[in-house]
Amino acid sequence: MSAEGDILRFARGYRLQHDCVRTQWVIQAPEKAFVADPIAGEVLQLVDGQRSVGTIIDLLAEKFTAPRGVIAGDVLALVSDLTDRRVLVP
Amino acid sequence: MTAQTPPPPMSLLAELTHRCPLQCPYCSNPVALDPRAGELTADIWKRVFDEAAALGVLQVHFSGGEPMARPDLPELVAHASSLGLYTNLITSGVLMDKAALDALVAAGLDHVQLSFQDIDPESAEHIGGMKGAQSRKLRAADLMMADGIPLTLNFVIHRANAGRVPAMLAYAERLGVARVEIAHTQYYGWGLRNRAALLPTRVQLETVTREVEAARARLGHRLAIDYVTPDYYADQPKPCMGGWGRRFVNISPVGRVLPCHAAETIPNVAFPDIRDASLADIWNYAPLFTMFRGTAWMPEPCAGCALKEVDWGGCRCQALALAGDASATDPICARSPRHRDIGLILDDLPAEVPPFVYRRYGSAR
Repeated sequence: MSAEGDILRFARGYRLQHDCVRTQWVIQAPEKAFVADPIAGEVLQLVDGQRSVGTIIDLLAEKFTAPRGVIAGDVLALVSDLTDRRVLVP
Repeated sequence: MTAQTPPPPMSLLAELTHRCPLQCPYCSNPVALDPRAGELTADIWKRVFDEAAALGVLQVHFSGGEPMARPDLPELVAHASSLGLYTNLITSGVLMDKAALDALVAAGLDHVQLSFQDIDPESAEHIGGMKGAQSRKLRAADLMMADGIPLTLNFVIHRANAGRVPAMLAYAERLGVARVEIAHTQYYGWGLRNRAALLPTRVQLETVTREVEAARARLGHRLAIDYVTPDYYADQPKPCMGGWGRRFVNISPVGRVLPCHAAETIPNVAFPDIRDASLADIWNYAPLFTMFRGTAWMPEPCAGCALKEVDWGGCRCQALALAGDASATDPICARSPRHRDIGLILDDLPAEVPPFVYRRYGSAR
């Protein structure tokens, strides 16, 4: 389970990319591309190997004027799943 | 017009050459191999990548033959990479050294799939028909692990090596790769020609399946195992290529644009040439792509089947190879009137395994 203090980046071989033709975010991965839903796209654009997960939550809560607790739940669930699958790494 | 065009392809398989130092008897290349003299130039490939990226392709798989037989490979990878395309190299590894790897990494290569014929060196080199290949592959794997480039190992499984899957998985685990493919041979082209030597027994297949499931349970996300079975033992056809002309486009060394790498067996249709038309025009309108796209072409029992948009009618090349008609129901399907032929093929597997017909330019006939 990821924590707010974690600083994450995409593992080598994975990246977030905007698919201009289909107008959606995708995660490019070894031999496949996953569609990232619009919320995942917002979160993952902020994953840069420098910001902490907590900072990403702050930025999104501000951008969408949403309760921080709700955003935190969504962000932590997403980055925990992607860390388990080794798409994101510390 | 726009409303009627199909969704764009996700992936391009760029078969840069059919030349290869190995001679695997299940090679996915067609039995009639393209000669070096007709191979597309680097400039044409670059134009293809420009068009592919604009059309919506996300990933380019550099394949062959052995794509590293083309000295312009780093230049092609760099061009594709500059367009935002994910670049994957599908290689035997026998031509890999530190300088070549460094050049590919500098060009922006994202991932490598390294193929193995077996884990036992003597058997591996017998299957691949190349002495010294195994030590070169092991060295290539070590070089890539030292570099850190994401690496997937690909073991092709058949009757002669199915007993060593646990040793293959143990090697992948020891090496520390994130992914390994345990992929049974598919029976097209050279594989079809060598089917009697390659098709595993039902007991072999069931044993491998159990071993893979046990390894998955033990390893979890530490080692992802992609498992591909031979569909001769199935009752449901595979959704070949994710459906004809739906996700993948393949370009042969001489520029023929195909829905899959076996499609050159399809009779009575022109094979579009990338030198004569744009990739978008071919993908959207070429008869080779439209003839089996979607479900309108389907005969019964496919047309009325609830699974028709699950398996997309299975495999057209297999229908041609086994039923003699590319638009027939894939005989793998239990609903096919020809399904019993598959049982006869399995019953007739020889006790004495015949020798391989090696994939060579000269052994096509």
